[in-house]
Amino acid sequence: MRPVALALFAGLLAGPALVPAAFAQDAADLPKQNWSFAGPFGTYDRASAQRGFQVYKEVCSACHSMKLVHYRDLSGIGFDAKQIAAIAATVEVSGGVNDDGEPFNRPGLPSDMFKSPFANDNAARAANNGALPPDQSVLLNAREGGADYIYDLLTGYADPPAGMTMGDGMNYNKYFPGHQIAMGQPLHDDQVVYSDGTKATIEQEARDVTTFLAFVANPEMEERKRLGAKAIIFLALLTGVTYAVKRRVWADVDH
Amino acid sequence: MAGLHNSEFSNPVINWIDTRLPIFTMMQKEYGSFPTPKNFNYFWNFGALATVNLLLMIATGVFLAMNYTPNTSMAFESVQRIMRDVNYGWLLRYLHSNGASMFFIVVYIHIFRGMYYGSYKKPRELLWILGVVILLLMMATAFMGYVLPWGQMSYWGATVITNLFSAIPLVGDSIVTLLWGGFSVDNPTLNRFFSLHYLMPFVLIAVVFLHVAALHITGSNNPLGIDVKTPQDTLPFHPYYTAKDSVGMCVWAMVLAALVFFAPNFLGDPANFIPANPLQTPAEIVPEWYFLPFYAILRSVPDKLGGVSMMFGSIIVLFILPWLDTSPVRSARFRPIYRVLMWVLVIDLLALGAVGAHRPEGIWVVIGRASTAWYFLHFLVLLPLLGKFEKTLPLPDSISQPVLKGGIGGGPLAGAAAAQSMEKN
Repeated sequence: MRPVALALFAGLLAGPALVPAAFAQDAADLPKQNWSFAGPFGTYDRASAQRGFQVYKEVCSACHSMKLVHYRDLSGIGFDAKQIAAIAATVEVSGGVNDDGEPFNRPGLPSDMFKSPFANDNAARAANNGALPPDQSVLLNAREGGADYIYDLLTGYADPPAGMTMGDGMNYNKYFPGHQIAMGQPLHDDQVVYSDGTKATIEQEARDVTTFLAFVANPEMEERKRLGAKAIIFLALLTGVTYAVKRRVWADVDH
Repeated sequence: MAGLHNSEFSNPVINWIDTRLPIFTMMQKEYGSFPTPKNFNYFWNFGALATVNLLLMIATGVFLAMNYTPNTSMAFESVQRIMRDVNYGWLLRYLHSNGASMFFIVVYIHIFRGMYYGSYKKPRELLWILGVVILLLMMATAFMGYVLPWGQMSYWGATVITNLFSAIPLVGDSIVTLLWGGFSVDNPTLNRFFSLHYLMPFVLIAVVFLHVAALHITGSNNPLGIDVKTPQDTLPFHPYYTAKDSVGMCVWAMVLAALVFFAPNFLGDPANFIPANPLQTPAEIVPEWYFLPFYAILRSVPDKLGGVSMMFGSIIVLFILPWLDTSPVRSARFRPIYRVLMWVLVIDLLALGAVGAHRPEGIWVVIGRASTAWYFLHFLVLLPLLGKFEKTLPLPDSISQPVLKGGIGGGPLAGAAAAQSMEKN
């Protein structure tokens, strides 16, 4: 009887938490992928994320900023200090003003934020047919469908169906809401040359850059899941002990 | 009245303090030996859980406030800085955001328990009313907290909700200007919401204190809904209910941990990861899940003032619930029709929640209106009539009677308690 009550109690607590899922807006049916970072023990595939960084650097970063990410954060996907310093040094950033009061530039440092491709939003719009390429720091979290959506979008370019009138400079995409997207198809076969010899198909590039975007959006994920496993194990034991104590305390009560 | 307290504590330090300020005696009386009905089920955990949850929110919130910047140009990034650069900032923030959801889950179950077992009935009306005040304060606090990260849903949620007040005739627009601190949701709005969001939890603590004080005057209700008659019916709060509440707290912590560590954004809206943009309305403006039923009521009425009145009315009606329910029997266990109606109300609220999450078109409009109508029908028509027509089941003579099932002896106190009760009667 008591364990039943306890199970009911857990269900009552957990039940309402599950309700919103059933209530979620009817999202478009997105094809699902297997991600290295999915599931309670998932981690970021280091090689894939590093290749993804290459795709970001050589393709996406031509238009998309990543303002909330530091070069030093790249240590989270396995780059070492030397590599990070070298990556940061490839950009030139403002160094403030020198002793004479003159503004000067300096090479980037690991402590710098990712350099944005445009000085401001207006410049970004002017260069992109009026459309503003969204910042990619937390883009993956900001889209219904998350990683699957990003992957599907990147691989979802096609010719518009017969009879569909496209807006000026717009591109047809199977998964973009409304199917008209200002961004031209960004990835093509062999768009980048991977140094590890991986064949750069569209699917491979999309998978790699999505893994990288998942990392920058949730850099704490691996630590979070590790700590979570410990917390759940500890709490499960504590629940058991507490329940045993409770039964012991109540043992001599008729109830 | 003045005079030193005659403390019974033997520890000299505690005795010294207790003689001058008898807080130890008070704690012993209210949480140690406090006589509590012996037949609580696990539904009676949720009051204690809500208190612990409130403390968690304050503890995490204080540290978040140390790292948050309430300025429209920096708020979004300061929250991301907490997530990325503050030591365990992600843990603090996810505990706080998911803690809010847990708080509502716990409080909604607590309210359900109060309704199901008739805890609002005489003499606990004021206790119940204080509870509804807590609910209102919680809702206001949660709403203002959701604005602080300054994402798209923060901004547009704030715009929609504050605009509701413009429905009030004559003074509506002035009230909205006052809430905004200007003529649109902007930096002054964010500043005052931050200030109030920090203030409200302490007001909550004060009302919770009154809620508990009132509880300790009337004593707890119980699953049978009958009064405590003899000391045999009760157990001292400690260790019996401290032990039982601890079990609930462990389970609560486990559910919270599952959310925080493995699905921290499950209950959130992706649109709030986009910085607020006053020039771009999101495709859907949806409140957090715990407001969905009320949002559904608001949108079910094709008139602004009507919708706003119904939405606030859905909470206001709870204030007069003790007088709407005319049945003398408290517990749904002995009210065959009321028991069914309670579960129908739960389904009704879940339906309203689903309606709130969907665009008001097609079948959702119909379900929304029917569920809204049923909600008010339940409280304003069915409950007052039910007291007159419902044939209730016979009540047990005392709490220990069904508990003992004809057996002898109670708890460890039963012997003494039985002797005492014989003296009294």
